[in-house]
Amino acid sequence: MTEPDTPIVEMRGISLAFPGVKALQDVDFRLFPGEVHALMGENGAGKSTLIKTLTGVHTPDSGTVQLAGDTVAFAEPAQAQQAGISTVYQEVNLCANLTVAENILLGREPRKRGGIDFKAMRTQAAAVLARIGVHIDPASILDTHPIAVQQLVAIARAIAIDCRVLVLDEPTSSLDAGEVAELFRIMRVLRDEGVAILFVSHFLDQVYEIADRMTVLRNGTLVGEHLTKDLDRRSLISAMIGRELGVLEAIEDASERHKVSGPVLVQAEGLGRRGAIAPFDLDIRAGEVVGLAGLLGSGRTEMARLLFGADKATEGRLLVDGTPLHLRGPRSAIAAGIAFCSEDRKGEGLVADLSIRDNLVLAMQAARGWSRPVPRKLKDQLVEKYLKALDIRPANPDALVRTLSGGNQQKVLLARWLVTEPRLLILDEPTRGIDIGAKAQIQQLVTTLASEGTAVLFISAEMEEVVRIADRIVVLRDRQKIAELDGGSSIDEVVGLIAGEQLPEEVAS
Amino acid sequence: MKNRLLWPLLALAALLLLNLVVTPSFFEMRIQDGHLYGGLVDVLKNGAPTLLIALGMTLVIATRGIDLSVGAVAAIAGAVTCVHIGTSGDVGTAFVGMAIALVLCALLGLWNGFLVAGLGIQPIIATLVLMTAGRGVAMLVTEGQIITVNNDAYRQVGAGFLVLPISILIALAVLGLVALTTRKTALGMLIESVGVNPEASRLAGVRAKTIIWTVYVFAAVCAGIAGLMISSNVSAADANNAGLWIEMDAILAVVIGGTSLAGGRYSLTGTLLGALIIQTLTTTVYTIGVAPEVTLVFKAVVVIAVCLVQAPKARAALSFRKVAVSS
Repeated sequence: MTEPDTPIVEMRGISLAFPGVKALQDVDFRLFPGEVHALMGENGAGKSTLIKTLTGVHTPDSGTVQLAGDTVAFAEPAQAQQAGISTVYQEVNLCANLTVAENILLGREPRKRGGIDFKAMRTQAAAVLARIGVHIDPASILDTHPIAVQQLVAIARAIAIDCRVLVLDEPTSSLDAGEVAELFRIMRVLRDEGVAILFVSHFLDQVYEIADRMTVLRNGTLVGEHLTKDLDRRSLISAMIGRELGVLEAIEDASERHKVSGPVLVQAEGLGRRGAIAPFDLDIRAGEVVGLAGLLGSGRTEMARLLFGADKATEGRLLVDGTPLHLRGPRSAIAAGIAFCSEDRKGEGLVADLSIRDNLVLAMQAARGWSRPVPRKLKDQLVEKYLKALDIRPANPDALVRTLSGGNQQKVLLARWLVTEPRLLILDEPTRGIDIGAKAQIQQLVTTLASEGTAVLFISAEMEEVVRIADRIVVLRDRQKIAELDGGSSIDEVVGLIAGEQLPEEVAS
Repeated sequence: MKNRLLWPLLALAALLLLNLVVTPSFFEMRIQDGHLYGGLVDVLKNGAPTLLIALGMTLVIATRGIDLSVGAVAAIAGAVTCVHIGTSGDVGTAFVGMAIALVLCALLGLWNGFLVAGLGIQPIIATLVLMTAGRGVAMLVTEGQIITVNNDAYRQVGAGFLVLPISILIALAVLGLVALTTRKTALGMLIESVGVNPEASRLAGVRAKTIIWTVYVFAAVCAGIAGLMISSNVSAADANNAGLWIEMDAILAVVIGGTSLAGGRYSLTGTLLGALIIQTLTTTVYTIGVAPEVTLVFKAVVVIAVCLVQAPKARAALSFRKVAVSS
């Protein structure tokens, strides 16, 4: 990376307070053309707020924003976009039922005689897609593409206008390795064209692979700005969490594996669902952490949903304590002591417009039925206990879950199931998109639960994480269970199986 | 919560004040033959059917639904009861007739619930079926005639007095009952949960379908009671006009009360205020002598104003001005 003289974006002394929270305090930030700049920090550090201040969603209480030397104050995102600042958010913010071309050019459709010129629209969209090397039919409906492709369409939309600054807020959280590589290729193309890219990701590997420079925030304040090559990972993590790496090391210790010889709790016999996952056998013992490894779309989530009864199995059966369980839906699974934290926190997990308290007792309340409310006193006890145990912030039970950061939302979802004292806890990507501190806390929790006798089925896209905390690893590929490995296995072994490089030694069903 | 109810409350106060200015005797109450009379009592009495239907509608809307069929259901309830009573003046016959009508309404609610929760049809379409077909059913029941009855027991429901008009007492009792059952149990929270995120609720083990089914049955029963009031008040069943467009007033009452059509958090107090605003508005139109041909326009203007002051954007603009003035 060359060192340009003048930053395209310069933010000085930005402060912003929300009711009860100082979200940003006197933060400086600069972004140079032709660089990839990573914004680092834990959840709640102020990354999203800073981005939203730049893109006109929030107006800072004090401080100035300069774009190419001119002081700007965007009243709304559309103005920022006009000025050449485009943003792609973590969740795809597109219209699923419109075509790819319509999404890319939404709001700036080419017109002809008062109507939309659909032919020109497709041509223009195709050109933008070609620029970033994505080959899909612009006339296809967005919804028919996987999330990863939709993400690329969102980027195409962002660069379809003359874009000088591209903000990517956790674009990789739902992408698999190949898709991330594709995204990075596109980012490099844009960077070499002189676009300044602001990148947020919780995956350190990715940050070190792509970022030229990074700015670290903690609790709404600026910790420092460094060139990536000057800041090693250890120092970065220390800067982000502001304490020594004790927590992470504690996890390393916990990975001292114990041999689990408890009774088989849940047993799947040839359980499968046509079109979702091929029939599989699986035993889960009490006190055991079973990891599910596989790429996105390999059938991880599908397997979890079958075990929970979220989807109906088309074949096979599920036994709990050796007795067949007729899974009519989540309620029968819950009654049998099975809990499931969905990977889709927003869509399938939390009830965003209800308070932390209501979300926390929802599963327990649902099991009791509407006519027997959880007594106020018990509710308060549970809420207090879990707010503290999981370090949920803000520790205000009446706060709406919608207002919490991703990591805290995840903890609320976890707490909802912990209050039901499940015997098998299924965690689908519990650590995705959350910061390293919360990640460590959740991993710690999993090990603690297992040592207390709870069985845990742990799904994560991060192989390292699976290998570290699982007692046994189930490997999936192409919607099939292809192997089971012992906990001590190396990442290489797992990755090899997933990639299909080596023949599985033990093929299940 | 308090803040959310502030604007409807102010709107209601403003309307009442307007009435007071135009008709100084508006707030006067007098007791005659043990019956309470007065402008406010009239507002409450005439607003009782709307309030009842709006209560049912509130819960339906909280689950992200809507029930357009309530007006037709109200007409059916009146028709069935009047046909059953016929020429009888008997107390028992009146009660049996009303019971039959309400059971039938519950069945119609089950039908709506089946379409929405069972078949997954969009609520607005599902209930549109009964909205149009229901009037036809009422016509069949009355054979196209306006059925008049002469039954004292039946007349009490809509026109009777127990110091206060009985219809007011019934509506308030239902309001109290709903408030108790939804807020003292977990029903209210589960309804809101289903309204905010049906899939997440299902995965948390909430019987989402049963809850949806329940609120449609409840809405239909409320509509049935309202239908009895309307019909009893005039001792007649008019399949064509009883409860006509009352679903719109009810939806309006819910929205004015601050419950979002997108589902989720609901406010029964808000709905009560909303229903009162609408009824006061109708009364105001008469007391201040708005010309009949511009009545609807006048109502629309007031409703738009109330909705506007509740909109976050308008409110932000208003508070901005307040700050500017004070500084």
